[in-house]
Amino acid sequence: MAATRATRPSSFSRNPSTSAAPSIPLPGVKLGPGNAAFVSSGIPDLDRILGGGFLLGSLVMVMEDAEAPHHLLLLRNFMAQGVVHRQPLLFASPSEEPRAFLGTLPTPIAASKEERPRVPGPNQEGKEQGLRIAWQYKKYFGEQPASQPQYKDVKQEFSNTFDLRKSIERHMLSSQNIDCVSIEKISDLAPLRERCSSFLSKLNGDNSSIGLAGRIAIQSLCAPQCGFSDWDMVSFVRSLRAMLRSSRAVGIITFPSSILPHSFSKRWQHLADTLLSVKAIPDDDKDLAKLLTGYQDMVGLLHVHKVAQISSQVPVILEANTFSLKLHRRRSLILEKLNQAPVEGSSGTSYGTAGPCTASFKGSSIDF
Amino acid sequence: MNTSPHLLDEALGLMPGISNGGALSQGCIVLIEDSVETSGAFILHYIVKRALSLDSSGIVLFLALAHPFSHYERILRKLANNLSRLCELFPKMAELRQGARPVTEYFAEWKGCNLSVHREQKRFHLFDILQLEFPCESKKDSVEQGLVELYSKIQSAVEVISSRDHSRAHISILIDDLSILEIAAHGSMDHVLNFLHYCVTLTSEQNCSLVILNHEDIYPDIEGRRLLSHLVYLADFIIKAEPLATGIAADVHGQLTVLKKGTSNNGHYSADKASNFHFQVKEHGVDLFFPGSRC
Repeated sequence: MAATRATRPSSFSRNPSTSAAPSIPLPGVKLGPGNAAFVSSGIPDLDRILGGGFLLGSLVMVMEDAEAPHHLLLLRNFMAQGVVHRQPLLFASPSEEPRAFLGTLPTPIAASKEERPRVPGPNQEGKEQGLRIAWQYKKYFGEQPASQPQYKDVKQEFSNTFDLRKSIERHMLSSQNIDCVSIEKISDLAPLRERCSSFLSKLNGDNSSIGLAGRIAIQSLCAPQCGFSDWDMVSFVRSLRAMLRSSRAVGIITFPSSILPHSFSKRWQHLADTLLSVKAIPDDDKDLAKLLTGYQDMVGLLHVHKVAQISSQVPVILEANTFSLKLHRRRSLILEKLNQAPVEGSSGTSYGTAGPCTASFKGSSIDF
Repeated sequence: MNTSPHLLDEALGLMPGISNGGALSQGCIVLIEDSVETSGAFILHYIVKRALSLDSSGIVLFLALAHPFSHYERILRKLANNLSRLCELFPKMAELRQGARPVTEYFAEWKGCNLSVHREQKRFHLFDILQLEFPCESKKDSVEQGLVELYSKIQSAVEVISSRDHSRAHISILIDDLSILEIAAHGSMDHVLNFLHYCVTLTSEQNCSLVILNHEDIYPDIEGRRLLSHLVYLADFIIKAEPLATGIAADVHGQLTVLKKGTSNNGHYSADKASNFHFQVKEHGVDLFFPGSRC
């Protein structure tokens, strides 16, 4: 997608020979407005928040909470989604045996078990035809947020819900598309760069994986046990970003920003196309518990700092930047906007007794 | 509201009729500073658009370190009134619009040749150095050599342009962005500074201006700020894009401070002039307005 994007202007791209290819939905790739192509993050809510998912050709960075492993939730879902779509995956980790991490990937929940109504199977084909036409028309209506109702139906294929309690079945991991690298023992990042570039060039060249979107996941790149120099790491990130731009792949890097020097942490953040951060919630923060509803179910907070914008200068302004990470039925990850709990005492009752609009106007002007 | 785009023109001295002292006049250096929260790239795009439309003789040398060509090409296409500009840049596009040739034929040709078309037109020169790397062995020399090479490319481009009889066309050199050049140079600030000084010399010798995008928040301590303070010292215009103190809002994307440094020549002395705006970035341009003037 990105390779064609690099050489072809969008608005005039009605050439059948070139535009036919992207209009056939690739497994696990969703086309958005303006020639954008997305892959799923593995968390349907996150896809919705980001306007469709992770943009192909972009670099996603997740700032870790130094004291909690919440970034692994995002990483696992991202990787598991790639495995489900049989997309090539490159995983690098500072652990000794990165392949062991694959065993902890969550398993997808079958769509039939879900409570949300889905489109029945036989209709799918016709439905998709309609959607394809709708996408073509979208160009003429200008850019719209991708979380349109029409996209909901596609989601079934595009992103799965994962059961965090069960690990993924072994046979799904046995495909040759998964590549693991340990970055613990290597002294500089040149080999990893090589691996990434050969991985990405395979996506463009090799017949078996042609048309598939690739995923690169790098866990804790700047972990202290690796001992790379600051400039080495930032230039690796930069070259990975440059490589991704011209490929049909998404890279995700998690990094503990607190252990980097402040200026380098900022440099990393500038290099990110999509920037997220995760934070754990302390168990016994009573003030916070009073402030937020559903505090008991929260496992952490997710903050969206930047949303990828390729080929556009307009920043994406989200309605809310901070979301609570929750476990739905104790098994699947969902994101919710923070809801403030009703405050007990004076202000709550004053609103209750205020009555008609004019009166409440008056009341509030006195209150504040 | 209708006049709002002119606020940036006014602040940068790009109003029609004013030829001296503007951001796109000889020897002028513009520094754009931004932060993680608020990107300042839109000012760069705006300047490219202005430079290419300025009495239609301007020439742009673009050092693209941050994005591939397609990114800029698409953004510029969306900026207002730009289709006609691109038609000038790509005469083939005009041909396409008139329906002189079938679209398929056109795109078959387009694929391999967009940069060469630019070069043929010699209005927009893109240095595609997204993947610029200096080989790691014997680091210091290679960085120096690489930057010297890059500079000599720019220099020869400028010389070729100014040797052509182009009615003294103004050349703008844009760097997007300097922090990535620093990363490519593996943090050797001296080499980056040398490179910049060469570029600055070039702008004063030829009819050039230099526009640099850099990030403000990546230099924490005094020692680290050396590069930034050099830039601030050199610059004639300093444009800062900052988020609002209250956080980002849907209709105000941030605030912009444009500082025009005072000059004194031939007994004329002009004082520093700072202007402060709020801005909203749109696909077809940027809306600027004075704080509180929009409800």
